[in-house]
Amino acid sequence: MAETVPSPAELAAVDYEKTPPKNWMDTPVEFRPGTWCYAAPVKHAEFLGLPHPHKWSPNEEDWGLPENWREIILEGMKERLEKYRSFRLFMEICVRCGACADKCHFFLGSADPKNMPVLRAELLRSVYKRYFTKAGRMLGRLAGARDLTVEVLKEWFYYFYQCTECRRCSLFCPYGIDTAEVTMIARELLCLVGITTGWVVEPVSNCLRMGNHLGVRPNTFKDNIDFAVEDLEEITGIRVEAPIDKRGAEVLLVVPSADYFANPHYFTLLGYLALLHEMDIDYTFSPYATEGGNFGLFLDKYVAKKLNAKIYEDAKRLKVKWILGAECGHMWRVLHQYMDTMNGPADFLETPVSPVTGTRFDYAKGTKTIHICEFTADLLRHGKLNLDKSRNDDYVVTFHDSCNPARGMGLFEEPRYVLRHVLNHFVEMPENTIREQTFCCGGGAGLGSDENMEARLRGGLPRANAVKYVHEKYGVNTLSCICAIDKAVLPPLLEYWVPGVAVAGIHEFVGNALIMKGEKERTRNLRGEPLPGKEDAGDV
Amino acid sequence: MYDKGKIITGIVVFLLLVLFPVWYSALAGRTGHVPDPVISKSAGDRCVEPAEYMRSSHMDLLDAWRDDYVRHGGRAHVAPDGTRYEKSLVNTCLRCHDNKSEFCDRCHDYLGAKPICWDCHVVVERGR
Amino acid sequence: MNALVSFLLVVGLVLIAAAGTGAAGLQTLFGVVVPYVAILVFLLGFVRRIVIWARAPVPFRIPTTAGQQKALDFLPYQPLENPPGAGTTFLRMVLEVLCFRSLFRNTRAEMREGPRLVYASRKWLWLGGLVFHWAFLLIVLRHLRFFTEPVPGFAEALERVDGFFEVLLPELYVTDLAILVALTYLVLRRFLSPPVRYISQAADYFPLFLIVGVVLSGAYLRYLSRTDIVAVKALGMGLLSFHPDPAALRGVGAQFYVHLFLVCTLIAYFPFSKLMHLGGVFLSPTRNLANTNRLTRHVNPWNPPLKGRTFEDWMEDFKEEIAQAGYKLERD
Repeated sequence: MAETVPSPAELAAVDYEKTPPKNWMDTPVEFRPGTWCYAAPVKHAEFLGLPHPHKWSPNEEDWGLPENWREIILEGMKERLEKYRSFRLFMEICVRCGACADKCHFFLGSADPKNMPVLRAELLRSVYKRYFTKAGRMLGRLAGARDLTVEVLKEWFYYFYQCTECRRCSLFCPYGIDTAEVTMIARELLCLVGITTGWVVEPVSNCLRMGNHLGVRPNTFKDNIDFAVEDLEEITGIRVEAPIDKRGAEVLLVVPSADYFANPHYFTLLGYLALLHEMDIDYTFSPYATEGGNFGLFLDKYVAKKLNAKIYEDAKRLKVKWILGAECGHMWRVLHQYMDTMNGPADFLETPVSPVTGTRFDYAKGTKTIHICEFTADLLRHGKLNLDKSRNDDYVVTFHDSCNPARGMGLFEEPRYVLRHVLNHFVEMPENTIREQTFCCGGGAGLGSDENMEARLRGGLPRANAVKYVHEKYGVNTLSCICAIDKAVLPPLLEYWVPGVAVAGIHEFVGNALIMKGEKERTRNLRGEPLPGKEDAGDV
Repeated sequence: MYDKGKIITGIVVFLLLVLFPVWYSALAGRTGHVPDPVISKSAGDRCVEPAEYMRSSHMDLLDAWRDDYVRHGGRAHVAPDGTRYEKSLVNTCLRCHDNKSEFCDRCHDYLGAKPICWDCHVVVERGR
Repeated sequence: MNALVSFLLVVGLVLIAAAGTGAAGLQTLFGVVVPYVAILVFLLGFVRRIVIWARAPVPFRIPTTAGQQKALDFLPYQPLENPPGAGTTFLRMVLEVLCFRSLFRNTRAEMREGPRLVYASRKWLWLGGLVFHWAFLLIVLRHLRFFTEPVPGFAEALERVDGFFEVLLPELYVTDLAILVALTYLVLRRFLSPPVRYISQAADYFPLFLIVGVVLSGAYLRYLSRTDIVAVKALGMGLLSFHPDPAALRGVGAQFYVHLFLVCTLIAYFPFSKLMHLGGVFLSPTRNLANTNRLTRHVNPWNPPLKGRTFEDWMEDFKEEIAQAGYKLERD
């Protein structure tokens, strides 16, 4: 962790009732280390063909903007006002009631008024008023309008890269104003003048070039999957098949790349492999679409479309029937709310049917894509899984609803249904922090970098605080979730705010509890740790 | 997606609602109607107070009369010219204005005002 | 500053109307021209604003899902929070528009020792907003008696219900009291809550003060000044029939013109302000769309064609690695 991070007590000293002495328009942004992300490396921006790739840094005075940057931005705004009803509407109908203010995790963690969603949008709205409304042109500041200056642009960068597009504010807004929409558009505008972050652009560039965010090459991908097969064999005694590029398989399994690259994601992958083997599912990975996640969503809609297109493209080539999407948050925002519109119709696929239970997932007959928690819940409902829940008895688990499957889909019960079936100790966090009111991990939407650790820890405070509550009250020692970013971002967050709580995916517990046909006597869980009561087993 | 049909429907509904007074009154054929209360022939040329005052504030007077009569036994109202009247809706007002439907109701109906007088008082109009 | 300017602006409007119809004798201007212009601006401005919004497409279906999705049939779903079809979406909108469903969720966060973040349900804003809007609507409907002939039954009934308590003469309307209480709350909130004060602009104070002005001047007309309401109605009906009644114009006093002028200002200002949330709420794509994303395709009219890097480019770039992995990568 960066040395610049203050202590928890210092960070938590926030006063929501205190506002800066000066009007927000007169309070310039300050680029303290730990609160912002590095600029995108030029080579990646160039590879993507992004506008005006250049070397710059947020903490320097000169950002190297193109000469006509103001015209570019205003032209970009005009274009988007014509393309998105949401944008124009959200620029015009906010009444500044303030209901959204203390709903944003970044505001709750920083008490910075510009992190109130209303004011975050106002950063853009003030410019909209100045250049696109008569009142703003004539009355200026009195109408809440202001000139687009470099300082304003810097403010945009700071605060629109301090929004994780989690949509919690939109839940409470009486008009449904969605800051995620505003942030997405603001980031597109910044991108037009070459202002992007490395943590977003690099994964996007990797994904476009190699097929996944992490830059795992085709052969390494295969090695990693094979490695997982070996690990699983060591634990269970069963060698599963994990086909890649299997033409004519029934199901295409799409996972976020972290699942085969990072911990604790990897244990979830082991869970999928065990489950799909045990249910004898005829599935395949795609060697080309090795990424379900989509950082393009955090940069530009067209880029998002381009990255997403690979999934249907390779599903078509592989001649699969339908797609099974693994545990990943923003991947599911795209698969659920964008994929069909961007790259559909998927008329070459079939409505998903579970080969085990015969259930037809008719609600997915458009996208032909279902969530693995839905798939597993259906298996459990039909009693198809032979389980030993006690193997998860060391875990006292709570569930963190990831923003995107929560507020962009409504996937609340499926993961809980699975959890309750595969483990004995499950408790919920307080109701204002779960389900549709869930709090972000603080690192979504491309903010999960290390250089902005202070911002992440602040943004993650409400989530961590709720975990702390159940940790202290019920002894919760594991936070489960269905998002790859969560799995990457939550461990350091919890280590900082509530040490002693681990992070795990749902299917890790499924894999632990699953009794596989012909398995050896299980002594270790998927993490390689001894199972409850098997601490003395020889091979540990 | 534009939802053109839904939006046009919405605009039409909005305009119909906002312009309700226009089409409603026009349909009823009474757009230009102005009330013309009739002073009964049996009335003289004087009231208990000047006409101007009565037009705007008769309800205050009646309210005061009622309270005074019921609660304090005050029976007499002295007009500006010194004439004494009994504080009574039926015995004083309605004696002259013996045509409620042509006098009282004309304006009350016009304005949708429903005075509570008639909750208790029974009106026997002349000639009925 | 923003509040002061807005306040002075409303005071200025009052003075203009009072002076214009009192000393200057401009009854025709304030009683005929201004109302006609205001109504025209309101109607055209409102429709124009909706048309501007409507001309931009909704490229993606992005409902904010506030409850369990309708998916697996053994898991109960929440149709009003996460509507799976047109009917349930309509009901969600009804709840949103008539009951302020989203605002009803409001909570207040507090940081306590520990650190411990606690959230408490906070319904005041919901209540204040709801009371204000409903009272306003009922008051508008009650005014129909000045603009309709014969007065429709529902307006008369409303009048009776509103004056139910029969205190004061003319009876005190419950809605008048309610809107004043709600407005007081909304004004005080803007002044007393530091975050809300920090975000408040002239565009927030001005309509608020203007509505306070409308309500106070209206209450004054009813409870204190005893306006000749027959003349008021004659004036209203004259405007509706496009035959303004000159006698009626002279029959109402300057106090009435103050009320009328403030109302005219409000409705003429309406289409150019945040008050357009009245129309906007119906168009909000996070609320008015069903969560049928995986069921039916939502079409984006400007969906850009795919260009650039292809599968073949990838195969070319990673020839060696692909060979090493042993992928066949067959294609028809």
